[in-house]
Amino acid sequence: MHLFLEQLLNGIAMGSIYALVTLGLALVYGILRILHVAHAAIYTVGAYVGLAVFKLSGSLLLGFGGAMVFCAALGVAIERFVYYPLLKYPPYVPLIGSIAVMLAIEELCRLVAGPYILTFPAKLPLAAVKLGNVTISSTLMAVYAITALVLAILWYITTRTEIGLAMRATSQDMAIADAMGINSHRVVSATFVLGSAIAAVAGVLVGIYYNQVYPTMGAVPAYKTLALIVVGGMGSVPGAVIASLLLGVAETLLIGYARIPLPRDALAFIAMIAVLMWRSEGLLGSR
Amino acid sequence: MSGYLITIATIVVINAIVVCGLNVIVGYAGQISLGHAAFFGIGAYSAAILATKAGLSFWASLPMVVIISGLVGLLLGLPSLRVKEDFLAITTIGINFIVEAVFLYIPFFGGALGIGGIPRIYLFGLKLKGFSFFLLCLAFLVLVMLACWWFARCWAGLACFALREDEQAAASMGISPVRFKLLAFVVGTAMAGLAGALYAHYMRFISASDFSFPVSITLLSMLVLGGMGKLWAPLLGAAILGALPEIFRPLVEYRILFYTAVLLLMIRFQPSGLLGDDSLARKVLARVVPGGRS
Repeated sequence: MHLFLEQLLNGIAMGSIYALVTLGLALVYGILRILHVAHAAIYTVGAYVGLAVFKLSGSLLLGFGGAMVFCAALGVAIERFVYYPLLKYPPYVPLIGSIAVMLAIEELCRLVAGPYILTFPAKLPLAAVKLGNVTISSTLMAVYAITALVLAILWYITTRTEIGLAMRATSQDMAIADAMGINSHRVVSATFVLGSAIAAVAGVLVGIYYNQVYPTMGAVPAYKTLALIVVGGMGSVPGAVIASLLLGVAETLLIGYARIPLPRDALAFIAMIAVLMWRSEGLLGSR
Repeated sequence: MSGYLITIATIVVINAIVVCGLNVIVGYAGQISLGHAAFFGIGAYSAAILATKAGLSFWASLPMVVIISGLVGLLLGLPSLRVKEDFLAITTIGINFIVEAVFLYIPFFGGALGIGGIPRIYLFGLKLKGFSFFLLCLAFLVLVMLACWWFARCWAGLACFALREDEQAAASMGISPVRFKLLAFVVGTAMAGLAGALYAHYMRFISASDFSFPVSITLLSMLVLGGMGKLWAPLLGAAILGALPEIFRPLVEYRILFYTAVLLLMIRFQPSGLLGDDSLARKVLARVVPGGRS
């Protein structure tokens, strides 16, 4: 029971991190119908920038802030230079463009920071919590707290502000939104700012959680989060969060208890194909 | 020709055969596939297992390899009936990851050690290696390209084109989407299987990472670079993307960066490929060659 609870807590942390990466992807898919694979590269850059700022300034808060600003700018640059001009082509064209961007950014990270695994020696200013005989470490607490905070802010922005209303309108029908006086290109950029800043938070968190930052850290999340937005329902943000949490818990528990001859990364895709065959619109999708 | 050039040329020709298969699925039938390396791998692994465990020669196992790849293609093509476009793209990515994991984690497929000791190919008692092996691959490429040329002109090919342009309209004209999508998948994956058999007997050692997802991306990039749906695109794309890393070799550290930058610029400014209908290369050619088609 003790072990089970600890596994469960780790699973939820895993799922929270997946959720933070998947959120940006779901936002972008919802608005542009583009599979933004390079999102995972933004997350890697976030981890590197966060680490660099933290080392220079010694402040973790500045690290998070610097990473968010840098990644937001990078996300908008990718959107302006690569995606927006390619919107008129069939969907595989921006997809290949996105994969090329991802590989290029990974290479740049390797060239700038070196191919080694860097450590992220940050202490999080949160106390460990003891529940009965189970201890929740301060890192786990930070992952939970930050994910909850990000989700709350995102919920507030999308449902309670004008830009959120514009985002929802644009994701339903870009042409009609334009006709209603919404500058849809600016809304698209705002979506990239939001999604990329969240990816930066995820990158820094993962760096601290595993105490590792390396150039290819985005490779597996890049494709796994694609599976997650499918399972959650394309473009559905709540669906993406639920799917991420489920996958995080399922992976951790299955690896801990069942002897499955396949690695955990294959499980996500098996789950995804099963969901697609059974309910091709995803868990919370509508179409 | 030096051994170095022959090696590169052989790999280019084998890749061109795989990309021909991808062209049938993506270019002709319009079904996006990001997991084509999986079928290349299925061909290579079946050839390797038939050669090392059953002791069959290349020629005896080749029909079986092609049939196995085609059948697996039929099976894994089934999702394409249920999902479209982006969903299909992600499903095929998933298939690639699962197939790679099966090769890597099931001991029957050699696990992390891969399969080694695959024998060379003999033709009329002659051991094929170096230049003669290259000629064999070239002969198969000619066969595959003839098959593609014929496929694009026969009734089934026209039906596939119709499906690619507008599935609903095609279906209302009595073209069965199920039958022709699956046909395209079977033809395309059988070609990948053939190339896989050649690859296994050429490298004589294969492992799961030879058929991982990035390989699928490279294959699709070759097709896009050449021009989706064009007969000569697979050879052109495979030749360019095969030669680029060698040309960029003096850049040492930066060569992968240049390689991805070329790919990015290509997709950004010429998404229809070098042979595409409105490409820059075609326009220049039309201006240089008097009376040339634009």
